[in-house]
Amino acid sequence: MSEAVSSPPARQSGPGRALRRLLREPLGVFAILLVALVVFGAIFADLLTQYDPTRINPRERFSPPGADHLLGTDQLGRDLFARVLHGGRIALYVALVSTAISLAIGIVLGLIAGYGPRWLDNLMILVFDAVKSFPTVMLALALVTLVGPSLTAVMVVVILVNVPGYARIIRTQTIALKTSEFVTAAQSMGASSARILRVHVLPNVIGPLVILASMDIPVVIAIEAGMSFLGLGVRPPTPSWGSILNDGFSNIRETAWIAVAGGLPIIVTTLGFTFLGETLRDVLDPRLKGRG
Amino acid sequence: MRTLAIDNLNVVFSTEEGPLHALKNVSFEVPENRIVGIVGESGCGKSTLINAVLGLLADNGRIAEGTIRFEGKTDLVGLSPDRMRALRGQRISTVFQDPMGALNPVLSVGRQMVNIQYRSGLSRAEKQARAVEMLRLVRIPDAEAALRRYPHQFSGGMKQRIAIAMALMMEPALLIADEPTTALDATLEVATIELLQDLQKKIGCSVLFISHHLGVIAELCEDVVVMYAGEVVERGTVRQIFNDPRHPYTRRLLECDPARQSRRTRHLPTIPGEIPDLRARPGGCIFAPRCDRAHSACAAPQPERDCGDHHFARCVLAREPETADGRA
Repeated sequence: MSEAVSSPPARQSGPGRALRRLLREPLGVFAILLVALVVFGAIFADLLTQYDPTRINPRERFSPPGADHLLGTDQLGRDLFARVLHGGRIALYVALVSTAISLAIGIVLGLIAGYGPRWLDNLMILVFDAVKSFPTVMLALALVTLVGPSLTAVMVVVILVNVPGYARIIRTQTIALKTSEFVTAAQSMGASSARILRVHVLPNVIGPLVILASMDIPVVIAIEAGMSFLGLGVRPPTPSWGSILNDGFSNIRETAWIAVAGGLPIIVTTLGFTFLGETLRDVLDPRLKGRG
Repeated sequence: MRTLAIDNLNVVFSTEEGPLHALKNVSFEVPENRIVGIVGESGCGKSTLINAVLGLLADNGRIAEGTIRFEGKTDLVGLSPDRMRALRGQRISTVFQDPMGALNPVLSVGRQMVNIQYRSGLSRAEKQARAVEMLRLVRIPDAEAALRRYPHQFSGGMKQRIAIAMALMMEPALLIADEPTTALDATLEVATIELLQDLQKKIGCSVLFISHHLGVIAELCEDVVVMYAGEVVERGTVRQIFNDPRHPYTRRLLECDPARQSRRTRHLPTIPGEIPDLRARPGGCIFAPRCDRAHSACAAPQPERDCGDHHFARCVLAREPETADGRA
């Protein structure tokens, strides 16, 4: 053959390569450390402290941080360190589960809107925009009024807030891919619509969306904390960073450590996931570097 | 036996300005084991024809009349979408113009070549082996390693050969090649044509080769169908079309081929005028408005006239051989 043969070594597997490049970025390492700290604390909460996060001990109300209670205790004498660790479980659980559900629903709806008939697309866009036009707090208030405060309510709010955005991104990309040559080629080779969406469209659209979703995790954590702070989320006595913050809020001048115990993990987690998402984006899609 | 026999095919698109008659009374055959070329300028209905055969016409298009017989029996017109889909990729497959876009950029070539065999019932290892075998057949060096690479790691010519390998994987009865060499440079074009010829003989399929490049058609094909504005104006063997064209359009088209210019000119010759508006077809000969030999008889609809030996032309003058200066 007369043409020049370009044969760079076959590309290494995606996740391994991404991780190695992530570890070369200082911000990436910092982000991984922060996220690892939170995840570690949540997983091993039972081993890291012997205190029960819900056990009330009136004799040790408002003890400042010390050897007995690393972060002190709250107005009911509950150990704040235990509450923070167990609150982390709630925060991560809500963030990961509701983001995963949002992704799954968003992808399916986006593919249907993008690949399906025009009228269905128009209808779905209308619904997405309608849902999106509600402010998050209003949506949360409305839902909690209906079903009462609970973890499920928080997750439903998060899903309602996230799905329209994810679906729109998938829809736009699907429409762009629908007319691409390789989709036409697949059609001409007898592939069904479901097969085209699964084999050809999905792998092309999922990467950027996963990065976007990972950057949404801190937002979800903030929503959970915010709703729990307002008493719309996790019911007491279950620990949540938002409710700890609320406990500390009333006596912030005298016992500032309670507010710190609630606020610090939110800051650490939010920063960690945001940095992680941003470096992940830069590493996986160099075109976007330094933007956004 | 004939692999494909198209008879009196009419395709109409409904548009906002009214119905558009994209294909009118198209008839031709693709005999078994033969390479048939379709030639014509842009907008003459080549792509519509392919899509009609594949059952992939746009939503506003429909086959108003005619039959498309495949392998002597099945009429592809009115075949259920599921049965049509079963034929595509198995018995009829397609190679497209743009090799850059024909492969999915995010999947490795091997993954795509294994994926496409999903209906074969082979084991994964057998599919893999088949992919390697096909890549060797289209002369991709180091086929095993090539399976692990992604489309962007191949040159345009190699991608087109991979697309050809994928199209021929299931040993179809008919390969439709839609301008597969147009996006390639001249040397690659020759190599790709030789490869197609070679593979056609090995696999024993028929090829419907669409091109606007007369040189490629002359080189590769045995039969030629000349299309103009959605009609077949002339058809016959390569020798008949190129040495003894009977339709004025074919003659003008051949005159415009730079490769056939005997002397250098400042401007390449063109055919004056434009393709007529297909929403308002003239009643008579479709080429009459641009034809320098048109006369009163051309206002009547033109049937295909037999010029002998399976050579047909849709022109009143079809039975007059070309004179020395190309004009009667």
